[in-house]
Amino acid sequence: MKILVCVKQVPDTNTKVQVKADKSGIETNGIKWVLNPYDEFAVEEAIKLRDANAGSQLFVVTLGPKARVVDTLRTALAMGADEAMVVDAPESIDNHATAKALAAVITKEGPFDMVFTGKLAIDDQQGAVTQMIADFAKMPHASVISKFTKNDTVSTVEREVEGGSKEMIEIKGPFVLGANKGLNTPRYASLPGIMKAKKKTVKEFTLSDLGVSDSDIKVKISNFSMPAERAPVNMISGEAAAQVATLSKLLREEAKVL
Amino acid sequence: MANILVSIEHTAGKIKSPSLELLTAAKKSGMTVIGVSLGAGSKTAAAEAGKYGATKVYAFEDAALDNYNSELYFNAYKQVIDEAKPEVVLGTGSSSQKDLLPKLAATFSSGVVADATELSIANGKVTTKKPMYSGKCLATAEFVNSPIQFVSMRPNQLSVDAPADGSAEVIEKSVSGTDMRIAIKEIVKGASKRLDLTEANIIVSGGRGLKEAANFKLLEDLADVLGASVGASRAVVDAGWVPHSMQVGQTGKTVAPSLYIAAGISGAIQHLAGMSTSKVIVAINTDPEAPIFQKATYGIVGDATQVLPLLTEEFKKMLS
Repeated sequence: MKILVCVKQVPDTNTKVQVKADKSGIETNGIKWVLNPYDEFAVEEAIKLRDANAGSQLFVVTLGPKARVVDTLRTALAMGADEAMVVDAPESIDNHATAKALAAVITKEGPFDMVFTGKLAIDDQQGAVTQMIADFAKMPHASVISKFTKNDTVSTVEREVEGGSKEMIEIKGPFVLGANKGLNTPRYASLPGIMKAKKKTVKEFTLSDLGVSDSDIKVKISNFSMPAERAPVNMISGEAAAQVATLSKLLREEAKVL
Repeated sequence: MANILVSIEHTAGKIKSPSLELLTAAKKSGMTVIGVSLGAGSKTAAAEAGKYGATKVYAFEDAALDNYNSELYFNAYKQVIDEAKPEVVLGTGSSSQKDLLPKLAATFSSGVVADATELSIANGKVTTKKPMYSGKCLATAEFVNSPIQFVSMRPNQLSVDAPADGSAEVIEKSVSGTDMRIAIKEIVKGASKRLDLTEANIIVSGGRGLKEAANFKLLEDLADVLGASVGASRAVVDAGWVPHSMQVGQTGKTVAPSLYIAAGISGAIQHLAGMSTSKVIVAINTDPEAPIFQKATYGIVGDATQVLPLLTEEFKKMLS
């Protein structure tokens, strides 16, 4: 079985975001870059499948500024991926062009029996690339999945929807799955894994290798700004009962939210 | 005149509020408003949409479409888009729309903006604002080289006009699946009777300061009185107290209710990112230095497990 995981490098969730003076994006100096948290679940699920199916191979691919994002591939390799690929692309590339490039990788390097992604990347929070890859690669997809059981012809997934409801879906492969938190518990990279990952050759593609041009970028993001400052907090003092009475009055009369 | 297609989501024919927001925005755009509704009750919803400015609505009156199936919904929307040739497609922030719109966008060589919080449409050109890094900052998202502009809007961001005289032409459609690769086997409804966090107007959320999982009952009681939904910090989700569907923050849900009550949540950056655009924030925490107070409108320094029952009683009195 041949498995592909598409991953993205994002700023760590503890990052204090600052907007650049020219508003073109965020300050990246000093940012700790990590494997997108939802992609960790994708990598873990793929490793488990690879290990459970003898002779399987696990590929991981990322897209972004090559020199920086290759670190994220090393994280996935250290966790247990077999082969890694990078598509060199500018930071400003959108979901459409990203998915088109990744689908071209699937065609070039495939066929893959299944493709995993995270359900969304925590930077732009679009949650679009999974479905777009599926469309370009002509594969069915299911995203926001919290359970996956592989069977020979039809696999089953559990997909999370509104209000904690869950859909049990049967899906015929090859397919694309977007991982949600809860799918598994991602492993930490082992020390031998880290050492091995460092030595691994990463296969490189350019966007033009994959037939992607500027006209494939459909969405431009600009004019970054910080959210409006909130007014200083009104700390309510006194005994608990008095605090609660004051709060209730303020919510009704001042804030008018009740 | 150019067409704008609006997704009309409904419960047994009654249009849901996020779709009314979209219809109102579409009407203001000056474009011809066309709707699409799926599932049992579609024709009722389609007729209702006329009162909110839709001139034509494609209705797929078919109980097989009551629940989302990515392939069937895609086929239905593709049929409508091929026929109506919209330049803009507006979807809600529901999980089905978020799943569907990107796939349609790919098919139509177009782009998609997900989870927009502001929308303006001038001469058929869409400009949106959307939170980035789950609200740590904001940015403008616009379309280029995109024959169709697909946008999914976060709920509760746009105004809704009162219904007016008007009627929509209802066009009945059907869709069938061939070579289906996906089948919905079962739907397990969430135990919660409450609104999803992303749609809730009031949220009461708990963290480590609740001391133990059983104390989430205190939040449930408060939520009952307020008609609120219940959220949680990552720490307690990771500790297994409550499911991930309740997590608020950068790796959970991004929410913006009118009132957010954070009980026993210290306010890690990734939690604040998910809720700091809430209109009014109440923080209850034992530590006066907790970062949550920097984002709060009102703060109470105290033990959440003691304050919550008092609040529940107080609100019960006030709202009765």
